[in-house]
Amino acid sequence: MTSLTVNGRQVEVDRPDDTPLLTVLRDTLGLVGSRFGCGQGLCGACTVLLDGAPVQSCDTPLWQAADASIVTVEGLAADGPNAVQQSLIEHQAAQCGFCISGIVVRATALLEEHPDADAEQVATALERNLCRCGTHQRIIEAVLASRSKAPA
Amino acid sequence: MTTLRQRTVPAHVEANPRLGTWISVADGFVEVHVGKVELGQGILTALEQIAADALGLSPERLRIRTARTDAGPDQGLTAGSMSVQESAPALRYVGAAVRQLAEEPPEVSRRSQSSLLNHREEVTAYVERIAALDPDTNLTGLGVLDRAGPTLVVGTDLPRLDLPDKVLGRPRYVADLRPPGLLHGRVLRPPSVAASLRSLPDGWAAPGAELVRDGSFLGVVGEREDDVDRAVASLASAAVWEEHDTLPDEDELSGWLRAAAGDRTEVADDDVPEPTRTASYSKPYLVHASIAPSGALAEWAADGSAVHVWSHSQGIHRLRLALAGALGLDPDAVSLEHVENAGCYGHNGADDAAFDAVLLARAVPGRPVLLRWSRADELCWGPLSPAMTADVSARLVDGRIDGWSYDVWSQGHASRPGYAGHPGLLATAHVAGGTPLPPALDPPAPGYGSLRNADPLYDVGRRSISGHVLTEAPLRVSAMRSLGAFFNVFAIESFADELAADAGLDPVDFRLAHLTDPRARAVIESAATESGWGTALPESVGRGLGFARYKNLGAYCAIVAEVEAGTELRVRRLVVVADLGIVINPDGARNQLSGGAVQATSWTTVERVRFDRRRVTSDDWETYPILRFPAAPRVDVHLVDSDQPPLGAGECAQGPTAAAIANAVHAAIGVRVRDLPLTSEAIVTTIEKSP
Repeated sequence: MTSLTVNGRQVEVDRPDDTPLLTVLRDTLGLVGSRFGCGQGLCGACTVLLDGAPVQSCDTPLWQAADASIVTVEGLAADGPNAVQQSLIEHQAAQCGFCISGIVVRATALLEEHPDADAEQVATALERNLCRCGTHQRIIEAVLASRSKAPA
Repeated sequence: MTTLRQRTVPAHVEANPRLGTWISVADGFVEVHVGKVELGQGILTALEQIAADALGLSPERLRIRTARTDAGPDQGLTAGSMSVQESAPALRYVGAAVRQLAEEPPEVSRRSQSSLLNHREEVTAYVERIAALDPDTNLTGLGVLDRAGPTLVVGTDLPRLDLPDKVLGRPRYVADLRPPGLLHGRVLRPPSVAASLRSLPDGWAAPGAELVRDGSFLGVVGEREDDVDRAVASLASAAVWEEHDTLPDEDELSGWLRAAAGDRTEVADDDVPEPTRTASYSKPYLVHASIAPSGALAEWAADGSAVHVWSHSQGIHRLRLALAGALGLDPDAVSLEHVENAGCYGHNGADDAAFDAVLLARAVPGRPVLLRWSRADELCWGPLSPAMTADVSARLVDGRIDGWSYDVWSQGHASRPGYAGHPGLLATAHVAGGTPLPPALDPPAPGYGSLRNADPLYDVGRRSISGHVLTEAPLRVSAMRSLGAFFNVFAIESFADELAADAGLDPVDFRLAHLTDPRARAVIESAATESGWGTALPESVGRGLGFARYKNLGAYCAIVAEVEAGTELRVRRLVVVADLGIVINPDGARNQLSGGAVQATSWTTVERVRFDRRRVTSDDWETYPILRFPAAPRVDVHLVDSDQPPLGAGECAQGPTAAAIANAVHAAIGVRVRDLPLTSEAIVTTIEKSP
């Protein structure tokens, strides 16, 4: 049994130590908001916060998440959409939307640490998150606009 | 008083004449059933806007129901930028019929947003009358009058219906389906294109997973996702394959395409005069590279008599027939419904994954099996976009083109389910007794595959235009966004700049001198104005123009790229001007145009499918890189005001983007790169090769 906290709730997970955290979230816990894109930590669609830091959950083994606090895209919306999510919807900053969960998580983490991040910092922070629809500019604009909203 | 004309019956109503196929009422909502599917392009939102105006209802009273084979209209494929063009007339006709039959109240027919709100009771009574209509009414024989209501919802930026789920991380995609009794499935694809299974150790087993084997088709199913992932990894190390070298030299694709056996199609065969300039261009194989691997959910009836499939296919009706054909079943035993996945940008692994899921689920009747491909399978085993090459030549007389010749070589651009009389599903080649998939074809209409946009819109005098489509090739290919237009427009518009330089004319003036279509001229003129064409730029920075009318009968699009070609190649800005006719949702259209241009920037400057003589080797995001956030250009989109019929936005920007970038590189540093991808290395190679 591995114990971890997911979106503020403590859970016990009975899966082998090497099971990817993403599989635990999606399959064991039914939290499908973190998306599977590559399984190799290369696209960012599965990004979650592990003790506040963004990680690719698809190549984070369960043992690394033991006793840690995990926040997923669902957790960020627990009290309604957070500032980044609100702004993404207002700017219609997605097309297929498959990458957007990971981008919400990564951008939220960035703004926690750098509330005044500029366009270049946002783009650099999102370098490991792939968007195939070509929505990059709207996403950056939406993240920048969310800075003036209530803290994430 | 004016006499009302009777509406002509649109093709999609002819094909789906029953009222109940399009319209039903549930819980006080009018349900509009459509056969087009959401691919991330926002089509369901646009169709809701069209339906709202057509029915005289506000969007809050509507629900859009997406494609399924056992209800709703069969509207063929969601492809080719045809969804609005095909659906708008159908929905307007159906709406007019409903307004006529259900006696739309005058308050509603003279409605405004406020009158809709102020006449709730009348609207509710109208919806009740719609509910009472006979669903078996034949829509084609009604004499539906051409009485258009006001346009209230079309033309507004109605927010996308699907985005909140996506941004908030709610279940939305096929991989998120969790029916009771769910099993997870994986397939193990062969290691190379021509491989067949030689052996699997007797008694191979893995905890928590069951093996499914049929010839060289291997897969596993199990209750827990991590178990099936471990099992398929173990299966990969245990299986022994027979492999063969069948692939061409990836560095000699142009020569290989020209030497291969092929069928020739002529668009024009005038006797052209001796050219004053000739050039050759090429593009490598590309891949759709969807962010989600393909997947599907399938469940067989417990007695094995029928199967239901949840798929992100672009054409579930065709897929139904293909699945039935591949399984030797009556089509009535196969049903499908569409579920979203990430954007596919054309024919990716969606249909193949549906068949994989069906094969895995057949081993466990009565249990739903959720199949998901791997990242490597998505990049290597879905159909690719074909490599292409072309020779262009023209004669220039007194600064005008007088004679034009274009020859393009490619594999066909279509191998969707059911093509060439074959199910066309990947695993049909792997199951016992399976046969290799036939080579891809070009769709039958002229200009609809390799030759799409091969005929320039310019007045070029006599023309000789032909396509050579390979009749055999080892790599599987099919439709990717804009098909042959991406490459043909890149070649033609690059060559237009080369000719303009020969003529000593500005590229904008040179194009305008050869164009009479006012809509074409307008987008080019506007792109020049909006981009500051002709104003000074820093050293190593240049502007380039690309233009096309998609398919020569769709949307007009002109793009100016601003490129910095110093130590690193960087596309700084794209100005996109498009004439889409009447725009259903301007914000959505901008999103599609901008996305198409940025994706094409990635195709043009970064992407290339890699392979050795045996295997496709670009199997992850490091070996098949795509454009990342820091490299994404700023995009300014301008839409031309128009009252002409609506035209699709999703595929008109790709070709012009590629040409605009190549022309901008030439403007910046005087280097003409004719072979994609246009990387810094390609620029260096071009300089080294130049005399």
